[in-house]
Amino acid sequence: MNKIWLIIQREYFSRVKKKSFLIMTFLVPVLFIGMYGLMFYLLAKQNEFGDKKKVEVVDESGMFLNKLKSSGTLEYSFTRDNYSLAKAGFLKSGYDYLLYVPVSLTGVQLFSEKKASAVTIQNIESGLSDIAQSQRLLTAGIDTAVLARAQKPVSIDARQITEAGEKDAQTYVAYGVGLISALLIYMSLFIYGTQVMRGVIEEKVSRIVEVIISSVKPFQLMLGKIIGIGLVGLTQFVLWIVLSLALTMVAGTMMMKNIGVTKTEQAGQMQHASSQHMAVSASAQAPENNAAKIMQSLGSIPVAYTLFCFLFYFLSGYLLYSAIFAAVGSAVDSETETQQFMLPIILPLFFSFMISMSYVINNPDGSLSIWLSMIPLTSPIAMMIRIPFGVPAWQLAISMLLMVMGFLFTTWVAARIYRVGILMYGKKASYKELAKWFMYKE
Amino acid sequence: MISIRNIVKQYAAHRALDDVSMEIETGKVFGLLGPNGAGKTSLIRIINQITAPDSGEILFNGEKLNQLHVERIGYLPEERGLYKKMEIGEQMLYLARLKGLSRAEAMRRIKLWFAKLEMESWWNKKVEDLSKGMQQKVQFVATILHEPELLILDEPFTGFDPVNAEIIKNEILDLNRKGATIIFSTHRMESVEELCDSIALLNLSHKILDGKVKDIRNTFRNGTYILEYEGAKLGFNGEAPFSVIAETSTAENHQVKLKINAGNRVNDVLQYMLPLAIINKVEEIIPTMNEIFIQTVSKAN
Repeated sequence: MNKIWLIIQREYFSRVKKKSFLIMTFLVPVLFIGMYGLMFYLLAKQNEFGDKKKVEVVDESGMFLNKLKSSGTLEYSFTRDNYSLAKAGFLKSGYDYLLYVPVSLTGVQLFSEKKASAVTIQNIESGLSDIAQSQRLLTAGIDTAVLARAQKPVSIDARQITEAGEKDAQTYVAYGVGLISALLIYMSLFIYGTQVMRGVIEEKVSRIVEVIISSVKPFQLMLGKIIGIGLVGLTQFVLWIVLSLALTMVAGTMMMKNIGVTKTEQAGQMQHASSQHMAVSASAQAPENNAAKIMQSLGSIPVAYTLFCFLFYFLSGYLLYSAIFAAVGSAVDSETETQQFMLPIILPLFFSFMISMSYVINNPDGSLSIWLSMIPLTSPIAMMIRIPFGVPAWQLAISMLLMVMGFLFTTWVAARIYRVGILMYGKKASYKELAKWFMYKE
Repeated sequence: MISIRNIVKQYAAHRALDDVSMEIETGKVFGLLGPNGAGKTSLIRIINQITAPDSGEILFNGEKLNQLHVERIGYLPEERGLYKKMEIGEQMLYLARLKGLSRAEAMRRIKLWFAKLEMESWWNKKVEDLSKGMQQKVQFVATILHEPELLILDEPFTGFDPVNAEIIKNEILDLNRKGATIIFSTHRMESVEELCDSIALLNLSHKILDGKVKDIRNTFRNGTYILEYEGAKLGFNGEAPFSVIAETSTAENHQVKLKINAGNRVNDVLQYMLPLAIINKVEEIIPTMNEIFIQTVSKAN
């Protein structure tokens, strides 16, 4: 036991001390938050970015004057020139677009020197349509205020009723959390599993392995390496979570303030004291407000429970796959030879990831989803998708139990291949060969 | 020290060791010899408990070999290596602690050995920054740090220049004088004659020869002598108590390689020669270990 501990320490510290570990640990959350912040910033300030496109409007219908308001990136100005004059002088006029609206509203044309972007066309179209629509309704004698009330869309407030009572279902949050945790698990299984494999190959290629296993059992070496690298992964995750939370909190407060200020400016006379409160309670139309809503409802998922499940599935999934990675590493003489054995690792991981992203996330309670979240090879990913949607305790218990049995099994199989593989040089290993090694007596 | 009894090791289609037994005496240098693929490494790995035999047993000082003995054995494998990216000092500490030394004790001994072999400045270097010979030296020190009772050295001199090979050889002999038993696996027969008290010769999974080096060489004496005489060149016929294998002559000196006939001794040869010529030299040709090795192995094949 003491010796496994020594091995774990070496594996752990030799990696944690590396510069690349520090860089990864600090850079990733900063990048992540930075990207998030940048997106947020651009979203909030999109009107101020991008150049204003100047649109000259020849309105023969007279319907849009002073109604078609400049907005976003479009700046309208109406001309009294007639159509052919404006068209002839367009290139020298300094306008980016020339919009021609005939009396009948059929055959509206947009001219520009360069091709007009789809978004621009859409924006102008919807601007025109809205005005034309209410104009026509007015002409037909229908009060637009009545219509607005009549057209108010129905929105569903998804709620769950459980023994504990009633609460918001927060489906979108569940969606997001499931997606992110499954993605993280998928990536980390690959990243840290590969590290185990590289470590084994390194020991084999540098030939130190024979020296080491004259002091400890091969199984101890394998287990020490797996645990050591697993702890590296865990350290990295914990640091990431802590750093991200801290950064998000800081950035979040700042963004909330920003939104609050913008809203105040827009609303003008809003008098609520707390700017954060305003942002949350303001109408749900603006994109910034969606973001604020998500941030608020993130607080509604059971963080401790989700985090516990995440760590459990990360660890058990890692133990399961890294044992296979270790066996593969022991069977080859260099990293280039690993290709042929990667299939049993890549296939279930990739398969479960693809199915999870497309099917499980949309049918978290479908029977395929339940099966996938039970089978140890696929459950770390599939179950993490399901957990934010709520999983019956018995299913979680079975899945976790199978997971533990699964990694015990792969570790056992891997260890039998590993102990022979690390001493085999220059032998082209095949699956048949691996099976033979597995059968060797001690 | 080590009793190897009826060891059999079977790999899928290949039997690496077939009923091999030998005794390795405490405090002696034991040579484990044999051509490539004879089973030497398999046997060494079994003694190190890296693999286990299919049948047979090994006794360490009379006890059945077990995991506790690992800390009393030092093993320098033929295929050796170190962690390339790890600093030398840290690496030594790690290897020593895996052999059961405490951190403080390991530290003390490493410093001692580094001073002895003039390696102090290497402490913070990485293995990849050292020359091959320097790496070998580091590896050798790592093997003996825990002062093993049994030292197993597989081709210990490869990779050393003659100066360093001599230094290492003297360290090995010094350890032996202090009581360490040494198993020495090699192809270099001249070092066997120089270092080993006894040997075992493996060939094709079987032990085909073992015993004390002196005894083995004695049994391979076959009455072959070199005789040098002055005077007229003699012709030897059936009356002589020996047969001639080869003859070379200079103007006054004649050299005969001869084989004494069965039942005769070197004295009979001298008696026969004395009246005929002036004898300058008589010398027995005892086969070298190298010759014995080749002779025995090719006979077995």
